Amino acid sequence: MSNKLKLITDGLVKNNPTFVLILGMCPTLATTTSAVNGLSMGLATLFVLVLSNIVISAIARFIPDKVHIPAYIVVIATFVTLVQFLMQAYTPAMYETLGLFIPLIVVNCIILGRAEAFASKNGVWDSALDGIGVGLGFTCSLTVLGAVREILGSGSIFGWNFLGGDGMLAFVMAPGAFLCLGYLMVLFNKFLKKD
Amino acid sequence: MTYFLIIISAIFVNNIVLAQFLGICPFLGVSNKLSTATGMSMAVCFVITLATLVTWLINRYLLVPFGLTFLQTIAFILVIASLVQMVEIVLKKTSPSLYAALGIFLPLITTNCAVLGVAIDVVTKQFTFGGAAHFLSLGESLVYAFATSLGYGLAMVIFAGIREQLALSDVPKAFKGVPIALVTVGILALAFMGFSGMVK
Repeated sequence: MSNKLKLITDGLVKNNPTFVLILGMCPTLATTTSAVNGLSMGLATLFVLVLSNIVISAIARFIPDKVHIPAYIVVIATFVTLVQFLMQAYTPAMYETLGLFIPLIVVNCIILGRAEAFASKNGVWDSALDGIGVGLGFTCSLTVLGAVREILGSGSIFGWNFLGGDGMLAFVMAPGAFLCLGYLMVLFNKFLKKD
Repeated sequence: MTYFLIIISAIFVNNIVLAQFLGICPFLGVSNKLSTATGMSMAVCFVITLATLVTWLINRYLLVPFGLTFLQTIAFILVIASLVQMVEIVLKKTSPSLYAALGIFLPLITTNCAVLGVAIDVVTKQFTFGGAAHFLSLGESLVYAFATSLGYGLAMVIFAGIREQLALSDVPKAFKGVPIALVTVGILALAFMGFSGMVK
């Protein structure tokens, strides 16, 4: 059982998609204007990642080697369209906020990366756990980055304005995304990464 | 005038990398050297414009008339993937020198979210260049796509220049590699914020 648990915890620290593998930078930078936005984007990606991992690990044996990448992309795009529908129906406001970056989950290299590196070679159950681990790692990173930017940029956290004022607007805008992620990566390298 | 506003807006005000966060992976990946950065920008420029042309036509004359716009994501990514393959094959035959120059960058472009991003943007978003909000016409879309990729090239070339200098400087260990690059891009984005508000 500890082996199965390791599949999940690996995704959080050792193979953290954002801070170690440095994958999926576009949504990471673009959608983390607040903690809630980061969390939502993370969960949407987690959903697609787990489902596409499950399906791909189940059908990988039947796909001819030559067309496996296009086949994986179709599977992923199907689930992304599903997420688009679900979010449009149940969280229309969040769908508007995240906008273009929901359909762009298709080209998030984390998902195709896990399909290629893990799901195509492992069983359904393991692939699902791997998807959960990596997805959670991505979600945590995005939420932390979103929280830091929200505190600095709007003086609030999860929408609760505890500083009672405005923050430094630049941190909600584009430059803040790059700077915050850069410095968070430095902290991660310094304290969490084992060489 | 509209075309002029589109060009200024796409290159400077809403720069695709520094303001819209599209195409960051190749931006960080291949900007180590000025020469590779130029090669990648040229390939991106070529593919973005071509992909926008094809996806715009498909959306207008195939997806919209049949009420299939929910298939945009799937249809566009497949079109882009096959388009990239086709461009690769055609270039290899017709223009070996250009193929050699763009070479390894072409296959990488399929997963460059800038291409899919621009293709989806021009058919789903209403723009307000020089007047009321409207969907872009084919001509405007192409100019927008081309100018956007010029903006991509501009950001890429500036950043590659900075990075070549950065490689020679003494950077603290925890900052090495991507972190210092991100901080540099952040400062570059701050500079580009000076353009904001120029085009409404």
